[in-house]
Amino acid sequence: MTKKVALYYSLMGLVLIAVGFFQSWNVAFGILNLCLISAIMALGVNMQWGYAGLFNVGIMGFTALGALAAVLISMAPVQEAWEVAGGDLFLSLLSLAGTVVVIMLARRAVPPGLRPYVVVLLLIPGYFLTTHFFIPATERIEAIDPALTGYLGGLGLPVLLAWPVGGLVAAGAGWLIGKISLGLRADYLAIATLGISEIIIAIIKYEEWLSRGVKNVTGIPRPVPYEVDLVEADWFISFASSLGVSDTSEAAGVFVKICYALLFIAVLAIIMWLAERALQSPWGRMMRAIRDNRDAAAAMGKDVKARHLQVFVLGCAVCGVAGAMLATLDGQLTPTSYIPLRYTFLIWVMVILGGSGNNWGAVLGGFVIWFLWIQAEPLGSWVMNVVTAPMPEGSALADHLVAGSVYMRYLLMGAILLLVMRFAPKGLIPEK
Amino acid sequence: MDIANAFALLSNFVLVPALAYGAQLALGALGVTIIFGILRFANFAHGEMMSFGAMAAILATWFLQSQGVSIAPLPTALLALPIGILAAIGMACVTDRFVFRFYRRKRSNPIVFAIVSVGVMFVMAGLIRIIIGPDDQSFADGARFLVTVREFKAATGLSQGIAIKQSQVITVVVALIVVAFLFWFLQRTRWGKAMRAYSDDEDLALLSGIDPEKVVLIAWIIAAALAAIAGTLYGLDKTYKPFIFLQILLPIFAATILGGIGQPVGAVLGGFIIAFSEVMVTYAFKRFLAFLGPDGWVPDGLVQLLSTDYKFAVSFVILVAVLLVRPTGIIRGKVI
Repeated sequence: MTKKVALYYSLMGLVLIAVGFFQSWNVAFGILNLCLISAIMALGVNMQWGYAGLFNVGIMGFTALGALAAVLISMAPVQEAWEVAGGDLFLSLLSLAGTVVVIMLARRAVPPGLRPYVVVLLLIPGYFLTTHFFIPATERIEAIDPALTGYLGGLGLPVLLAWPVGGLVAAGAGWLIGKISLGLRADYLAIATLGISEIIIAIIKYEEWLSRGVKNVTGIPRPVPYEVDLVEADWFISFASSLGVSDTSEAAGVFVKICYALLFIAVLAIIMWLAERALQSPWGRMMRAIRDNRDAAAAMGKDVKARHLQVFVLGCAVCGVAGAMLATLDGQLTPTSYIPLRYTFLIWVMVILGGSGNNWGAVLGGFVIWFLWIQAEPLGSWVMNVVTAPMPEGSALADHLVAGSVYMRYLLMGAILLLVMRFAPKGLIPEK
Repeated sequence: MDIANAFALLSNFVLVPALAYGAQLALGALGVTIIFGILRFANFAHGEMMSFGAMAAILATWFLQSQGVSIAPLPTALLALPIGILAAIGMACVTDRFVFRFYRRKRSNPIVFAIVSVGVMFVMAGLIRIIIGPDDQSFADGARFLVTVREFKAATGLSQGIAIKQSQVITVVVALIVVAFLFWFLQRTRWGKAMRAYSDDEDLALLSGIDPEKVVLIAWIIAAALAAIAGTLYGLDKTYKPFIFLQILLPIFAATILGGIGQPVGAVLGGFIIAFSEVMVTYAFKRFLAFLGPDGWVPDGLVQLLSTDYKFAVSFVILVAVLLVRPTGIIRGKVI
């Protein structure tokens, strides 16, 4: 069993090294970094699906929340925006909180039959009071130098702090959605998470005062040195020449990627250690017992819904951390790049391929699938070129097929998911 | 006070578009609810199935247009619709034979079906993008408007006009015919009754000699046909964009759950409720209220509850409310 794990991991390592030799080390480490982030996302989903059998199709939303946290923590605050609108924003927040408190108090005071009406009756003035302060405030914020800022900015703290914060924010959203839809039939959680992820993306896309929306936030500060500084730093030049590397700009790129990789490996190792500990603890055994026979576990006095909520929140938090890491690596937040096929369903393929219920499997799945996702593009265009080779020169159909070859990766991912589900439902590394 | 103009305004911007959108959602939700009722899983590939059917219809439309075939003033797409339906049915039968049947025989958990449907979704999304590409495609022809704003104003003498797009009328008419036919099928025919019996209690239906494979096959055929019709009508009314069909899954699922899972009447009801809420909540009522209020009075602000960017949020809020208040839906459906 462990031999098999070691074999798979060393094969994966060899493949990445081969990319380094045949393509370039920059590409190899670029793929490795995203593999590591994907592995963390897959770990989060594995907690929900593998430990507890929860079907979360809102991974995209939770990673996007992590990315938003990276912006809000690390970008420099826009002082002017706070000056012109801070007070009104605070008032709108206060009126929102006041509305919620009043509704909660009123719900206790009236008989149950009247509750929905009272809630609606109180919501309307609360809504208008909140927007009365909120809308002018956001308009003023968005008017400040829209080409450069036009948003509140962040807190100006180190970006590494955003990683745990991203996890916390995603956990909060996960708690809210889990509270509502866990305990009902399993597909409801799936549909509710699908909804929340679309809404989170819509908020990030359209609330410009918060996230600059589709204007994107670029230049998120890095936790590692910049290439342009490295190529001018004396220590780096001497370091590179001591290794016998002549092209310092290439070396700087690789060096930066290795720094990221080390950071990511550290995070992955911590999460992996915790996840393995949790899985082997009495808590982990209880989770698996609930997953395998919910009624029996409930009869033994286990609070199924509360345990599900717990593991769901944990999984969302891990996805949030991964999202913050991804935004840090990219150095930017581009809301339009968040599409469900890439950020939700691809992660599912990783978990299913790797082996649901097995953390080592999930990590391996993250590596393999991300690698294939990247390499499917050259592979797809090669296949299409072979297919279209016998066609006449300049044929419209051939051009069309070659242009569509990018989407071979969707076909490939679907085929992998279907084949694994059918012929090896336990995945590459089955649960023990 | 000017009630007639206020009503005309509301019809033009809310009632007519919402009616057409509701019909599209209802057709989509009917397909999802039938799969829910018979096969008992949430089919995530349904959006792509709509897209696939619409794509086939678009390709057929282009072919017909290039051959000079036209049924003006009606859009050629209507003539091509049967091709789209057949393509979607073919696709559904192939996926059932090679993918879903295996899990049905194994009596797998519904969640396994849902995950497998994600795989099917990926494959279909890839196929669609390879065949027709990821961009917008327009294929509507024929007359654009049945009633234009100017004609309406001239006919009624009101200052506000109602424009009725031909695609909207076609959507509603086609949806009416399809839904009527479906209900006739479910209520009156032998196989319709068998389907309802099977959806109600699988084991009892088996005991009475109903062939489950045939019921499942009919369910796929109906769901695929509905999907192709819904997808084509949606594309005709708005535009055809492959990525939109993953987003439209949310309102369709919301409509299904709101109406009650496995309940065709509920699906239609749910589709229209979702559509009307979505359009009304994101509509700016400023001018409507100005007509209703005293002369010369105009409300401050747009009187818009939610910006149109958040129209997903409407179906989501409705979904959450249903899950909290009445998880069985309006017409009691299945809740496991």
